[in-house]
Amino acid sequence: MNRIHQKLQENKKLLSIYFTAGYPSLNDTAKTIKELEENGVDMIEIGLPFSDPLADGPTIQASSTQALKNGMTTELLFQQLGDIRELVSIPLIIMGYFNPILQFGVEKFCQKCQEVGVDGLILPDLPLDVYQDQYEPILKKYGLVNIFLITPQTSDERILQIDAASDGFIYMVSSASVTGSQEGFGNQQENYFKRIANMNLKNPQIVGFGISNAETFQQATKTAKGAIIGSAFIKHLSKNGTDTIGDFVKGILKN
Amino acid sequence: MNYNVDDKGYYGEFGGAFIPEMLYPNVENLRQQYLKIMAEPSFKEEFDQLLKDYVGRPSPLYFAKRLSQEYNTKIYLKREDLNHTGAHKVNNTIGQILMAKRLGKSRIIAETGAGQHGVATATVCALMGMECIVYMGEIDIARQAPNVARMKMLGAEVRPALSGSKTLKDATNEAIRDWINNPVDTHYIIGSAIGPHPYPDMVTRFQSVISEEIKWQLKEKEGKENPDYVIACVGGGSNAAGTYYHFLHEEEVGIIAVEAAGKGVDSGESAATSVLGKMGIIHGCKTLLMQTADGQITEPYSISAGLDYPGVGPMHAHLYKTGRAEFIPVTDDQAMQAGMVLSKLEGIIPAIESSHAFAVLDTKKFKPEDVVVINLSGRGDKDLNTYIEYFKL
Repeated sequence: MNRIHQKLQENKKLLSIYFTAGYPSLNDTAKTIKELEENGVDMIEIGLPFSDPLADGPTIQASSTQALKNGMTTELLFQQLGDIRELVSIPLIIMGYFNPILQFGVEKFCQKCQEVGVDGLILPDLPLDVYQDQYEPILKKYGLVNIFLITPQTSDERILQIDAASDGFIYMVSSASVTGSQEGFGNQQENYFKRIANMNLKNPQIVGFGISNAETFQQATKTAKGAIIGSAFIKHLSKNGTDTIGDFVKGILKN
Repeated sequence: MNYNVDDKGYYGEFGGAFIPEMLYPNVENLRQQYLKIMAEPSFKEEFDQLLKDYVGRPSPLYFAKRLSQEYNTKIYLKREDLNHTGAHKVNNTIGQILMAKRLGKSRIIAETGAGQHGVATATVCALMGMECIVYMGEIDIARQAPNVARMKMLGAEVRPALSGSKTLKDATNEAIRDWINNPVDTHYIIGSAIGPHPYPDMVTRFQSVISEEIKWQLKEKEGKENPDYVIACVGGGSNAAGTYYHFLHEEEVGIIAVEAAGKGVDSGESAATSVLGKMGIIHGCKTLLMQTADGQITEPYSISAGLDYPGVGPMHAHLYKTGRAEFIPVTDDQAMQAGMVLSKLEGIIPAIESSHAFAVLDTKKFKPEDVVVINLSGRGDKDLNTYIEYFKL
């Protein structure tokens, strides 16, 4: 059982925060992670920047571009995470597009993840069938949990397939959109959240896309186990840097 | 050896559908439907009729007498430049708009670099009365003003891609993001033989009318269906895919793919993907890709805006890897000179993309009895400014 499984057993709604490694400054990674944990965040997604992030809106795109300009690389990320397990104990997940990982070498990447204490991967452009045909044994060998996405357009049949292939949580994309493109949830989302809750999946769901403050966090976690904030946190970092991370997290968890 | 796509969407080790889950329902639906729809008699009838009456097909297969004398071989030109809108692109957009209608879609998006595919898409949307949004890199919008104006006249909305390098690859990213945001009513008309399966195969099939016609046209003129060589330029690779398709498994036909070497393959300013690329994933497809050691996609260069794509269609990557096709790099200078030679000898001003294919005549020696078919994929009107600046006309 890795840190993700343990965390999911806790009797509370989970707050997960995404940030782009190497942003706003190249070597902010460890500090950002430490501050997030100290302020009560339950889980962290570390974004591995990519030149062409297809599923991301302008905010995360811009942070990726800046991180690459700052000199961020896959190798450097593992260096930055070298001592991270002396600083924090919450689950750490790397979220990235597949090409940089393919170039690094999938097995070498997974091995490095295990060495530094990364618990799982979210690879939005690695499809379920390719994962199962080629990569599942490698991730398992290094104790990594692979997280799949579902969206409001995903059929029940496919959700059941994904649930069967998952061992951790399901990343529930709140609406048909790229990251950071909407504010708040309407009836459509509420119905979708209820539909998924009623499916009684074996994996808990964590909602992402469209969560930016305490209200949307509350809404998203009414039925789901937790929620992920990405673009709103990146916006906060771009305005305030890494010194007021606590204020941001407190703003979400104030209730 | 099979050079066509397999059941899982691969050409050898290339291809597949590396897409985020948000795109899965649309791409999967297309995968399940496209061959069925293309086989429907009513689809075929409508497609063929539009190609004939609207596009002006069949395009001539023209024996280029003076060019043949100059290079001491038998050269035929497949005149895709004479199609409505001036290039081969319209073969695919006609096919895909008919596909979109049958899939129940009402809104069309497309990406464009030089603007040729954008114009071809805007054209068929006007023809069918459908909403059309074309994504184009901000830098390309500035460089290709006449095509932007054409798209606007045709009723399309041209949206600038402001991210990354602000060119074709970024316009493609923006189109994909639009599709993620609009999964229900929208069809994405990809302009080249790239993207997630089934796009490379679907686009290739719509463009395969080129080689289908070459076969019977050559039979009429030479008494045989198969030439000794077919030559086409390759960016993403749609005109080449269409030119090769019916010859892929005819072993006596030599296949030549011409890549844009820009200022030279090793100059750092090139788009010769077969030489400079490594296996990677771009726009949902595993293929040869120009990238950094860290897997970040790099920006290619060519004087021709239609050839500066950092990847290459997966079918072409497979043809390269298996040795079925010979890949020849051609520099900006070689292409521009070849464009001038064709203009002077045959009275045909080619698109600079197509000029690359003609430059092979200067570097590769053909036998006098060889029958060489070159796909003249587009006309040079759009490139006049580049020709003017280059030759100080």
